[in-house]
Amino acid sequence: MNTTSLLSQPLATVAYIGATILFIMSLGGLSHPETSRRGNQYGIIGMAIAVLATIFGPKVTPAGWGWIVGAMAVGGSIGIYAARTVKMTQMPELVALMHSLVGLAAVFVGYANYIDPAASANLPADEHMVHLIETYVGILIGAVTFSGSIVAFGKLAGKISGKPVILPGRHFLNLIALGVVIWFGVQFAGAHEVSQGMVPLYVMTAIALLFGVHMVMAIGGADMPVVVSMLNSYSGWAAAATGFMLSNDLLIVTGALVGSSGAILSYIMCKAMNRQFFSVIAGGFGTEGGAAPAAGAVPAGEVTPITSAETAELLRDAKNVILVPGYGMAVAQAQHTVFEITKLLREKGVNVRFGIHPVAGRMPGHMNVLLAEAKVPYDIVLEMEELNDDFPDTDVAMVIGANDIVNPAAEDDPTSPIAGMPVLQVWKAKTSIVMKRSMASGYAGVDNPLFYKENNRMLFGDAKKMLDEVLVALKG
Amino acid sequence: MALVIGIPTELAPLEKRVATVPEVVEKLIKLGFSVMVQSGAGDAANCDDASYRAAGATIADSAAALWSGSDIVFKVRPPSLDEVALMREGGTLISFIWPAQNPDLMQALAAKKTTVLAIDSLPRQLSRAQKMDALTSMAGVSGYRAVVEAANAFGRFFNGQITAAGKIPPAKVFVAGAGVAGLAAIGTAANLGAIVRANDTRAEVADQVVSLGGEFVKVDYDEEGSGGGGYAKVMSEGFQKAQREMYAKQAREVDIIITTALIPGKPAPRLITAEMVQSMKPGSVIVDMAAEQGGNCELTEPGKAVVKHGVTIVGYTDLASRLAKQSSSLYATNLFRLTEELCKAKDGTVDVNMEDEAIRGLTVIKEGAITWPPPAPKPVAAPPAPPAAAAKPAEKKGGHGHGAVQAPASWKETGIQFGVVAVLFYLIGAGAPSAFLSHFTVFVLACFVGYMVVWNVTAALHTPLMSVTNAISSIIVLGALVQVAPPLLGEGASVVRPVGWILGLAVASIVLVTINMFGGFAVTRRMLDMFRK
Repeated sequence: MNTTSLLSQPLATVAYIGATILFIMSLGGLSHPETSRRGNQYGIIGMAIAVLATIFGPKVTPAGWGWIVGAMAVGGSIGIYAARTVKMTQMPELVALMHSLVGLAAVFVGYANYIDPAASANLPADEHMVHLIETYVGILIGAVTFSGSIVAFGKLAGKISGKPVILPGRHFLNLIALGVVIWFGVQFAGAHEVSQGMVPLYVMTAIALLFGVHMVMAIGGADMPVVVSMLNSYSGWAAAATGFMLSNDLLIVTGALVGSSGAILSYIMCKAMNRQFFSVIAGGFGTEGGAAPAAGAVPAGEVTPITSAETAELLRDAKNVILVPGYGMAVAQAQHTVFEITKLLREKGVNVRFGIHPVAGRMPGHMNVLLAEAKVPYDIVLEMEELNDDFPDTDVAMVIGANDIVNPAAEDDPTSPIAGMPVLQVWKAKTSIVMKRSMASGYAGVDNPLFYKENNRMLFGDAKKMLDEVLVALKG
Repeated sequence: MALVIGIPTELAPLEKRVATVPEVVEKLIKLGFSVMVQSGAGDAANCDDASYRAAGATIADSAAALWSGSDIVFKVRPPSLDEVALMREGGTLISFIWPAQNPDLMQALAAKKTTVLAIDSLPRQLSRAQKMDALTSMAGVSGYRAVVEAANAFGRFFNGQITAAGKIPPAKVFVAGAGVAGLAAIGTAANLGAIVRANDTRAEVADQVVSLGGEFVKVDYDEEGSGGGGYAKVMSEGFQKAQREMYAKQAREVDIIITTALIPGKPAPRLITAEMVQSMKPGSVIVDMAAEQGGNCELTEPGKAVVKHGVTIVGYTDLASRLAKQSSSLYATNLFRLTEELCKAKDGTVDVNMEDEAIRGLTVIKEGAITWPPPAPKPVAAPPAPPAAAAKPAEKKGGHGHGAVQAPASWKETGIQFGVVAVLFYLIGAGAPSAFLSHFTVFVLACFVGYMVVWNVTAALHTPLMSVTNAISSIIVLGALVQVAPPLLGEGASVVRPVGWILGLAVASIVLVTINMFGGFAVTRRMLDMFRK
């Protein structure tokens, strides 16, 4: 019917199927570092095919090409600039910010679609109704993703306090919000004119934005990995909802892929903290059982400090060393020094490995990325489950800016708020060294009996500075 | 007012150790004390007067000047009665005392109204006390030295070698008693390359023996030999018979025997009989670390190395002292840790707090009153059975993903889940138009594909996974693209299209999403390029 398009509708559809396959292969490629680079390239090719097939397909006339190229040039340059300049320690913030972009775009597309009479023309009545619901839900998810991600970004970047902000009766507030959203949804679906539907749509958008803010504000800093992956999931669902609205299968499939990926990550993170997904989302870590641990075992005793020179001595004499990095390493930007030390020790024949807890850092896999940036070979960077049994044979276990993930109370003290969370058993090593600024407790606000153990030494100070001293001592 | 810590020269024959070393003098001064050292006290341990002076100590010319000028005296060996006579009235002494063996000394010290902390009376079962445990640190040194003495007397290599000049079998070492000294000996001998076997009446030390590279030899008899305070107890007759048979067998096989068996307050058990010595290969070595308490070997002569039946029997009683520098610095650190406990205020005074379990145990005389033996220590609770909660996370450790061993959910739960899903599907099927259902099919299948694919992603790549899925979610750009300039609908175009608004929103979306698309892929690429082997 339209002779101006370069690709016919069937050709565009086939191209979409190709893009779908490439996206699946892209995720599949990430199963191993060897194949991961290719996976990313599959993603790029898939995206290029999808975009080109759409632009040259029957749904876009050449009149729009100028706009599209202009918009993509602007967005693309900003994106590449951001990707080039971001520091690896800022990855969580960047990812959160990018989620918000997808959320906002979903809102815009939803609105544009609604006010476009062409989009829903020629639909039978029942499909029209479904279309309206899809639009409504798409905007809802998009708005929650947008505001939630912005708050998550603020928390990760330290612009907003990491402490959970809990409004009184927050579950009640959320329920009211849900009720209002559904009521306006019915109004919206019943509206005959676009102008009638706009008011419910605005109200719903406002509520969704507030809900997103409220939800993420209530979540504590230690739970950020869950939140980031959950927002990742939401941005996928937003795309899927948009796909339903536009009857576009490629959007639906891709959105579902991204959505389920984020959901699985959230699940893995929750399991790594031995917490229920809903209790993380409900927010306020440590607020439910806050009183109990105080009555339980308060670790008594004193800590044994150690100097950086003595640390170097211990490391040099060790045969097996396991380093356990945490968020403190990221904050102090100490990963390069860590690598220098690792290199030096490996040259001396010391077996150095890294133990990574699933929720170390503020994003799934955060530590792996930082160590990779510092050129630490990935085959000595192991998951908690891979090396937790090796601690008894380890001479020195060094904890760099981590706390809750090495807390023996998680295993020993059933009253502890983090009881049951799997932890790295550094205290089973012959000597453990904890690098820490001070005796303050971790994000979970739980005291750590590890510090008082007989075989534990505390190296107080900024992680980067102390590690630099250790490095100098090792060289000397 | 800062108290003066005095370090006299040790008078016991062959004693080369000194109660503190210059490095520790500095730390004591930091605690607020002043330190006085008798001239020449550290000479045998390679610590000369100049190094003490450099560390901030003053040097006393004679023993008399030292004893009378010190508020607190640190010593290694129990003082002689002459030394006690020199001591200041009401002073404090920290030293090995062995109160059970030295009642006269105790009386003399009490008569001087002194306060005495016997480092040998430390309640060793307190984990807090480990840093002060001089018995342990000295035993460790002795165990090492025992192996060195054995190697010295032994005519062959410890490690097996195959050389151009022929094959050398590794030496076989048997260590009797796996206490601290025994374990140190096991580790040292294993490091030299010998085949090490060890036995102890306490079965729980078997793991420690193995961890140091030894092999635990069991006595073929069922009895648990753990006494109080980390020592062994006297065993039954039947056990001893079985034990003797085992020792006899080992004596015939091994080249070197190191015995460390001690029972507190009793003479050392006779483990190695004259016949066993006779059965050993000529050139074999026995190091009897219990020589001072009578010896574990019948033929041991305390303080001497003798050759009997072609076997060298080393009965030195000063093994720790033969490594004077090492044992002095360890002992000094033990005493320093004790001083820290006594001087929590770091003001150079001591507070003998009898409420503190460790200090109560150490204190054998308090201001002239004999407080030894201390009341029985609070019984150490038997290790509680691991709580059920602790076992639970272990079960969960099976790893995530498919193939993880997970018990399937109960039928009830599964039934409920299926029920909920079935109701949902019924509602959708009943209410939705067919066009929606085809999309819904695609959606549900895609969720499952995503689920399968993502479980395979390695944990190390979770961050790249997030950034690449984030980039891929830029696919939403298609929604904006089709709104920029859609082909006009023929006759349906009767409604006016608010072109300006739609175009504005669509272009804004494209800008936002392309930031994400290009940024996401670029940053993923940057990250993945860093993952190198």
